[in-house]
Amino acid sequence: MSEAIFTADSTPMLALGYRFQWEPAQNCNVLLYPEGMVKLNGAAGEILKRISENKQTVAELISELKVAFDGADLDDDVYQFLEEAYNNDWIRAE
Amino acid sequence: MTGSEQNKQAPGSIGSSIGNVRDQIRQPLWLLAELTYACPLQCPYCSNPMDFAKIKSELSTEEWLDVFRQARAMGATQLGLSGGEPLTRPDLVELISEARKMGFYTNLITSGIGMNADKVAEFKEAGLDHIQVSFQASTEDLNNLIAGTDAFKHKIEMAKAVKANGYPMVLCFVTHRQNIEQMEDILDLAVSLEADYVELATTQYYGWAMHNRDQLLPLKEQLVKAEAIAHRYQEEQKGNMKVYYVVPDYYEDRPKACMNGWGNVFLTVTPDGTALPCHAARELPGMSLPNVRDLSVNEIWNGSDDFNKFRGFDWMTEPCRSCDEKEKDFGGCRCQAFMLTGDPANTDPVCSKSPQRHLIDEALDRGRAESEKSVIDQKPLVFRNPKNSKLISGL
Ligand SMILES: C[S@@+](CC[C@H](N)C(=O)[O-])C[C@H]1O[C@@H](n2cnc3c(N)ncnc32)[C@H](O)[C@@H]1O
Ligand code: SF4
Ligand code: SF4
Repeated sequence: MSEAIFTADSTPMLALGYRFQWEPAQNCNVLLYPEGMVKLNGAAGEILKRISENKQTVAELISELKVAFDGADLDDDVYQFLEEAYNNDWIRAE
Repeated sequence: MTGSEQNKQAPGSIGSSIGNVRDQIRQPLWLLAELTYACPLQCPYCSNPMDFAKIKSELSTEEWLDVFRQARAMGATQLGLSGGEPLTRPDLVELISEARKMGFYTNLITSGIGMNADKVAEFKEAGLDHIQVSFQASTEDLNNLIAGTDAFKHKIEMAKAVKANGYPMVLCFVTHRQNIEQMEDILDLAVSLEADYVELATTQYYGWAMHNRDQLLPLKEQLVKAEAIAHRYQEEQKGNMKVYYVVPDYYEDRPKACMNGWGNVFLTVTPDGTALPCHAARELPGMSLPNVRDLSVNEIWNGSDDFNKFRGFDWMTEPCRSCDEKEKDFGGCRCQAFMLTGDPANTDPVCSKSPQRHLIDEALDRGRAESEKSVIDQKPLVFRNPKNSKLISGL
């Protein structure tokens, strides 16, 4: 196993050239990038929306999500998603 | 990234990655706006139609914005600004900034000629999302020879200016027999420029490229070498620079899934407003060539004969009709089927199941035979310029 890319105090940012937006015609959030588009499911949309709007650490992101989702225990899910998103080149860590 | 309209598909780069939405209702997700056929370069591999000199009246700024608005309302997210050379349009900044306000992801596909550092900054300001700069080769001499003009040094400057303005540097090299042996140099150049993405687009044989095919088709042994080099750089540059490499379809035994299916996600609008399911479809027989000046984008996309012609699978002939791979490749490219077999409903002859595969192999043989002639005996490349266009189309 390689070392985790995201820790509580790293700051996830959208990768260069990536844009997050709500698409009325798809009725979902999407990530746009050079010549492509990914449609996001609800959870991915919530996370990437926050990453695209505010520069914040993973810890801050998680606590914000907890407020939005009634204190749900979502730490592991968030880390897992961030790794996946990183491996897809959607986000980078600062 | 397919500016080149293909590969990841792209018509060249145009293509690829919206593929994961294939199962949806058909929406023109990708709008390719060929703003103009004017171009300061003369690439003999250009996929533009040979009779481009016939096109007289380009859409106005207002007409383009109207097309953008309509396509956006129908779900388009990606806008490719291409041509010809889009930088020759004086209203380019306005088109970009309005498109961006509509919510498009805006891609500028350019040779870099006509650009300067201030312009790149202006595009950034206008909200342009992505710039792809195409090169003809990795050395000044060969680049300028293929481009038909002194372009190389300026392209290098522009590639740097793109990056300096906070864009990823995306370079596109269209490869063919005349430059493919430079593969290592090409990739070294990209590394030294600190490119983020390099698209090694293979020449697709439409328009001028088709006319020059005997001189452009790469040889098998060239390809094998180039491919090994591309793969080596893919490994070595992991995390630094992404290298896209696509095998030319003539050397494959299955065709490309052209345009992700006819009338499925791609809409091309040519400089005079003709709407096409792919940028090469103007040359197919029996097309009605609907124009955005006469019909709404919705009428064209959903109602026109052209866009319905090869949708779904009912139009197919054998062997595609009863083939279990048809949902993967849609039978290949209609334009290639027409150009080579005379019937656009035939199986793309690239497919090894096509009874006409020999047409591809014969073309490869002709390319080899041409390459073995002494330089004086070889057919000269025909450069893409208005003079040649007029000559060839009898104007
Ligand atoms: C027709 S050009 C127009 C934009 C601009 N003049 C340029 O060359 O970058 C659009 C893209 O297609 C690529 N291209 C041109 N002819 C091609 C061909 N026959 N096969 C594949 N890609 C091609 C170009 O390199 C460019 O990236
Ligand atoms: S001639 Fe070259 S630069 Fe001009 S449109 Fe064609 S490919 Fe682009
Ligand atoms: S026969 Fe047609 S559908 Fe089957 S693999 Fe070949 S091109 Fe594709």
